[in-house]
Amino acid sequence: MNDERDDLLDQPIDILQTDAEGNVSRRDFLKGVGGGLASASVLAQGVTTLPVEALAESPAQGVKGKRISGMTQVTLNVNGKERAVEVEPRTTLLNTLRDKLDLTGAKKICDRGSCGGCTVMVDGKTVYSCMMLALDAVGKKITTVEGIGTPENLSPVQKAFIEHDALMCGFCTPGFVVSCTALLDKIPNPTLDDVKEACSGNICRCGTYPRVFEAAIAAAKLKGGA
Amino acid sequence: MTAWKKPEENRILGKRLPRLDAAIKVTGQAKYTYDINLPGLLYGRLISSPHAAATIKSIDTSVAEKMPGVKAVIMTAKPGDTVRFHGQELGALCAASSDLAEDALRAIKIEYQVLPHVVTEEAAMKPGAPQVLPDTPNVFGASVDDKGDVAAAFKDAAATVEGRYYMAVRTHACLETHGVTIRWDDDSHITCWASTQGVTGVQSDLQRTFNLPGENVKVITEVMGGGFGSKFGLGYEGRLCAQLAKQTKAPVKMMLTRAEDQLSAGNAPSAIGEVKMAADKEGKITAIEGRVYSSGGVGFGGVPFPYIYNNFGNIPNVKVRREQIKMNTSGARAWRAPGHPQGSWIMECALEDLAVKIGMDPLQMRIKNDGNKIRQKQWLEGAKLIGWERRNEKPGVGTLAGTGRFRRGIGCAASIWGGGGGGAGSECRVMIHKDGRVWVGIGVQDIGTGARTITRMIVAEELGLPMNAVQESIGKSELGPAAGSGGSQTSASISPVIKTAAEAAKSQLLEIVAAKKNLNVNDLDLLDGNVVVKSDASKNIAFKDACALMDKESLTGNGKFDRSLVQAGVAGAQFLEVEVDVLTGCVKVLKAVNVQDGGVILNPLTMESQMNGGVIQGLSTGLYEDRHMCSITGRMLNPNLEEYKIPGTKEMPEFIPMIYTYPEAKGVSGIAESTNIPTAPAIRNAILNATGAHVNEAPMTPARVLTALAEARKRGTNV
Repeated sequence: MNDERDDLLDQPIDILQTDAEGNVSRRDFLKGVGGGLASASVLAQGVTTLPVEALAESPAQGVKGKRISGMTQVTLNVNGKERAVEVEPRTTLLNTLRDKLDLTGAKKICDRGSCGGCTVMVDGKTVYSCMMLALDAVGKKITTVEGIGTPENLSPVQKAFIEHDALMCGFCTPGFVVSCTALLDKIPNPTLDDVKEACSGNICRCGTYPRVFEAAIAAAKLKGGA
Repeated sequence: MTAWKKPEENRILGKRLPRLDAAIKVTGQAKYTYDINLPGLLYGRLISSPHAAATIKSIDTSVAEKMPGVKAVIMTAKPGDTVRFHGQELGALCAASSDLAEDALRAIKIEYQVLPHVVTEEAAMKPGAPQVLPDTPNVFGASVDDKGDVAAAFKDAAATVEGRYYMAVRTHACLETHGVTIRWDDDSHITCWASTQGVTGVQSDLQRTFNLPGENVKVITEVMGGGFGSKFGLGYEGRLCAQLAKQTKAPVKMMLTRAEDQLSAGNAPSAIGEVKMAADKEGKITAIEGRVYSSGGVGFGGVPFPYIYNNFGNIPNVKVRREQIKMNTSGARAWRAPGHPQGSWIMECALEDLAVKIGMDPLQMRIKNDGNKIRQKQWLEGAKLIGWERRNEKPGVGTLAGTGRFRRGIGCAASIWGGGGGGAGSECRVMIHKDGRVWVGIGVQDIGTGARTITRMIVAEELGLPMNAVQESIGKSELGPAAGSGGSQTSASISPVIKTAAEAAKSQLLEIVAAKKNLNVNDLDLLDGNVVVKSDASKNIAFKDACALMDKESLTGNGKFDRSLVQAGVAGAQFLEVEVDVLTGCVKVLKAVNVQDGGVILNPLTMESQMNGGVIQGLSTGLYEDRHMCSITGRMLNPNLEEYKIPGTKEMPEFIPMIYTYPEAKGVSGIAESTNIPTAPAIRNAILNATGAHVNEAPMTPARVLTALAEARKRGTNV
């Protein structure tokens, strides 16, 4: 166990630390919350910490929780499979998927919830995985673009994207595929405005939007929307 | 000498075929440089300057070096060095995870003596302003056109306009940031995955930097997440990564963060045009006088002006001075049609203002001053598609505009790209195997344009085979040198070498068949999966059976660049309809008509996507993108994607792309850059048509639109 890190965490920490660009990182913010206690997280099922836990009570909120520090083993349900990974409390779901599970469909484009490139589904709802901690995804059903279809077994949305050329460099494409898939799960026969709304959190730089719209509407027909 | 078949003879070329890499992209299986995971991978991070101008006093990496998981810290800057822009690279470090690398970055201690900076054009041009670079004045690089007698021409003119037109700095904002993943396979062999527009360029840079033979350096780019001109060469991030990987003897992935990418990986220069333009009563431009300034930060960035309407030297009196301005901001890099969106903005805005002053239809005025024969026809096609007759006869006055809160108008502008004719230097091999397999290999990268797909299409067409009978391999330096994807050159650079390689392989196969079957080789062809005997179809042989006749296991055709298969120069015209909310200044683009020629068309499906993409970037240029610098701190205020605005789904108009073809087209020509040039001024001119407001600064933010509307009201327009 990493005693050195425990020492660091017990020291007084500026609640707001800024980096070279003057940005406050969410990681520093979390370190500061609770007046010096690091990421006091309520343990969920499937989280086993390596030795040295401490029951801690946050003076501000009187919440009891187990303190998790350093590398922590968790199990995540990804595309229907239970996957064991080691993460830090601050590791995002995005980094976990990409760096630990080699599920690189979700992309790191802005890493701050502005572009949608990291979109996955968590319990059926679209989520920016860069804005979710891996620990918070424990016990939930995570679906990535790899779980929606494969080249040998394409989903209707994926087929429609190919047919309508709804992609160019392809870097934003997984995010759009997930957003469109989630849309059709909710609204089987969407209007153009529904599609625009559902994908309004996904940025494309090459300019695929008009064909993404076509593909989403065509996919609805492929799926036999009502 | 060779030629493309007539379009009606093609089985495959010219068809709307889906991209070959679409399946791996839509399923998340495509591996970009950012996605490469290797055993023992380390994560590299850039160490960069927080100041716009400063001298480094001291550097202390000792704490960082000892932090958990940190494997190397390399400083390229040293005490005494001067940094000249926010984000300038100073070194790099690597650690076992991206989180640990971030921790270590914060522990790097650098002390600076902050110096005065200039981060706006106005500040940089002021006499006595701090000089950005030691050996160059802030205003430099003057070039002058001086022809005829502008003073006399202005005196005699039927109408003259004067204006100041401005376009902001824009960043490339590629979704995949800049970076590489590098592994030293041993002391003298490198494998490098690069997010690049030029595989060959990265290979040569690595070769040179580390003094290695070419075959020792393997560069791989099977897919990449956007470049738009900013990703050529190894880059400082690539060089640092290679050094980290060499030192740690581990693979290192170093991708810039979004902020770093916005700060230091390139931008398009700003432009200021102070222009006076005159015309005679028929609407012919008779004189242009102007000063044009452009800023590429610490680097370079010229802007072409006059633009398009003087391409045939038809403006008799020209007095223009173009100069560049240094600022303490990162250096500009080529941005899709470098300088052209800026030049087009100044020219098309001024021309429109002049047309309004004369009271002439702006389309007629453009046609009158346009020497390009293809565009003469495109103007008419585009006018039809948008319904040009619907436009308001006078700015702000007409049925389309109405008198309510939301006013509509239509505008147009021209596009050109003089290059795109490709060049020699790409190698290609086509192999036909005894078992009937066909393979084509070319080192070129597909940056999202569809290069992979046209590679296979050309071979399949030449050999008379279906698409699934050919396998292509691209994006690897070991396949040979290939053109960089810049200047709209890719299609024209690679299609001749692919075609001639296929022709060479075809000719070898037909020689074998002729010899083995005692036929006349001139009587043979490849079509529809067969060797056809033109004089006697009963003697036709299936392609696979023909291959089985080979004595050797395979034959190889090598390609040569052939100029007769390409042409340089494309033209286009765009017509945009907008709706202006005069209460808020918000502009909604309703329709975008884009007429674009491309010489011989290889794949209309992928070409249209490029055309749409160009319009979207042009729209973005006109309405949204703006790099904001803080004069006080010298920093970029919006190095992200939420405040550096790129349009999303709700900003999209109806797209009406029209591929303009003509029978005389003999060669392939690249189109990507042409398509993003005129959109911004066409929108501006549509706003003028809708409201009478002259919005002369891009991006045309609601604030700027409201200001222009207020000025229009002062002039008596009812808006």
